[in-house]
Amino acid sequence: MANTKSTGTRGGGKRKAAAAPPKASVEDLQQYYRDMLLIRRFEEKAGQMYGMGLIGGFCHLYIGQEAVVVGIQAAMGPKDTVLTSYRDHAHMLACGMDPKGVMAELTGREGGYSKGKGGSMHMFSHEKRFYGGHGIVGAQVPIGTGFAFAHRYLNEDAVSITYLGDGALNQGQVYESFNMSALWSLPAVYVIENNKYGMGTSTERSSAKSTELYHRGQAYGIPGVQVDGMDVLAVHEAAEKALGHARSGKGPYIMEMLTYRYRGHSMSDPAKYRSKEEVQKVRQERDPIERLRGIMIERKVMDEAKLKELDKEVKAIVSEAADFAQTSPEPDVSELYTDVYVGA
Amino acid sequence: MSELALVEAVRLALARAMSDDETVLLLGEDVGIDGGVFRATDGLLARFGEARVIDTPLSESLFVGLAVGLGAQGFRPVIEYQFMGFMYPAIDQVLNHAGRLRNRTRGRLSCPMVIRAPYGGGIHAPEHHSESMEALFAHIPGLRVVIPSSPAKAYGLLLAAIRDPDPVVFLEPKRVYRATKEDVADDGAALPLDQCFTLRDGRDVTLVSWGAMLQETLAAAETLAAEGKEAEVIDVATLKPLDMETILASVERTGRCVIVQEAPLSGGVGAEIAAGLADRGLVSLLAPVGRVAGYDTVMPLPRLEAHYMPTEQRILRKLRETLAYT
Ligand SMILES: Cc1ncc(C[n+]2csc(CCOP(=O)(O)OP(=O)(O)O)c2C)c(N)n1
Ligand SMILES: [Mg+2]
Repeated sequence: MANTKSTGTRGGGKRKAAAAPPKASVEDLQQYYRDMLLIRRFEEKAGQMYGMGLIGGFCHLYIGQEAVVVGIQAAMGPKDTVLTSYRDHAHMLACGMDPKGVMAELTGREGGYSKGKGGSMHMFSHEKRFYGGHGIVGAQVPIGTGFAFAHRYLNEDAVSITYLGDGALNQGQVYESFNMSALWSLPAVYVIENNKYGMGTSTERSSAKSTELYHRGQAYGIPGVQVDGMDVLAVHEAAEKALGHARSGKGPYIMEMLTYRYRGHSMSDPAKYRSKEEVQKVRQERDPIERLRGIMIERKVMDEAKLKELDKEVKAIVSEAADFAQTSPEPDVSELYTDVYVGA
Repeated sequence: MSELALVEAVRLALARAMSDDETVLLLGEDVGIDGGVFRATDGLLARFGEARVIDTPLSESLFVGLAVGLGAQGFRPVIEYQFMGFMYPAIDQVLNHAGRLRNRTRGRLSCPMVIRAPYGGGIHAPEHHSESMEALFAHIPGLRVVIPSSPAKAYGLLLAAIRDPDPVVFLEPKRVYRATKEDVADDGAALPLDQCFTLRDGRDVTLVSWGAMLQETLAAAETLAAEGKEAEVIDVATLKPLDMETILASVERTGRCVIVQEAPLSGGVGAEIAAGLADRGLVSLLAPVGRVAGYDTVMPLPRLEAHYMPTEQRILRKLRETLAYT
């Protein structure tokens, strides 16, 4: 694997640009591109709507990190489950949840996935096997471990995929989870979205010894791999291996995705902790969508006209979602009391 | 003397405490470079340096334990939780350790620490970002629970909390962080931690509240005054230990009491006050004790928030009902 480092094989060092592995078919490439673009446009729209005061509370955008969820999703089986943090819109879209329902939740409308009462951080879809958005940093990790326990106990052909940030990785409950998960050989994959910052604190300032995080499970014997998270093909390839490992009963696996968020932590961010140049450099040199676009044009998978068409199609989906999110009714006051206890 | 918003008064008190006493340390996520999520610690890193204004990794369950250790060794740590809901992972250290070190060591050790956290709704944020869970902490022996309602109160109470030899949970009403300004003198004078403040005199009914809800409570008292009835408004400010004496003395005069809290009704601090009145103030009461509170449900977001939060109208309704009771 050109774009990865893993525990045990730490020699390789340099990461090379992706050469599309032959097994990614034309359809695969088109799908990855479309999915990443949908996330990008959806998030841009959400950012805009937030600016217009249509979205309340918090809103954490995934722009820049699209290759991570799309690459992982492509390696998943139909029964695999997903849990993540509050930076979660992309994970939902990748799971196949309806953009209309996600956007309407952001605007707090009845048609949202949580009836407009959960907002950006708290949406679920049992049907699409997406189990939350979690507003408490790191809390999803023990819960995802519980999902893995259930999958194994029920002998399901399912892996529990839990995403967490580089910042979340310093929470104690993460290591309690790693230990138990390894002890019981659970079918769990922990995906660390290392975007270099937890809010305003860089990994340099928050991680002891090294800013590389894929070996954080080493003491528990959990294999780890570091992947260029801006390269959807590398992510996919590494995910197939990690998920295959977990699925075959060999226990948990840790994937560290080197990625980057272009926008602020949430919608208000003093941005004192990094320079504009740093952000600009990543956008110019590593953008996951541009990168795949280049590969597709080079391999003549799609020409400019076809790409434009796709762009239009994606924009239409997003604007339909935005319309729905502004026309779906507000939840009724009686909803204040629903779903606190069963039947109420 | 300068006009300050509540969040600025917090900053002023922190700066004052840090320059007066070099054992005061600030710790928390993004309190340094970013100056805190609500900018309460803005500028303090530049002024006091990295050794004393410390950006920590994300480790909420550890912070309080760390402060217990520091406190036992003579420091006065001030920990910032970005939101009250992020304190829950630290409940074990708060309850089992911080609150009990003095008692457990039979007075030989204590852990003077302040746990600062913004609390309460009104910023359109979900659940843990908007809750008022002061009762959870007020239930714990050995802890003080303090909630300032205005810039001047924030300054004086925070100084008192930092100087106090026991652990203090200091909850800041984030909804009014910047809502009003008030003259605050940087005179280093602390306010008492065991006394309610009477914000308004009145003979007809006693209105009891704390924190951000005092905005609506005071507004209701003004409206009521226009109707010819005078409410005495008491700011509890220090919820634990609770100064029942001031409340009892007022109810002795008015015979009627309405308690306003943003937190869910059941098991709230309002219930403790009502119980105190039932215990020791029964003969003064001319009407049942009224409570206006949040509902026993999860803080909803964002369109239903306005229905959740007690409003001036709800307070007035309860006041009129209480005053009409014969
Ligand atoms: C327990 C807890 N502490 C703090 C916060 C506030 N907070 C939200 S996100 C965040 C940074 C997390 O960084 P990271 O895990 O790297 O994820 P990223 O935001 O980069 O995706 C912080 C401090 C929270 N939501 N929950
Ligand atoms: Mg991060």
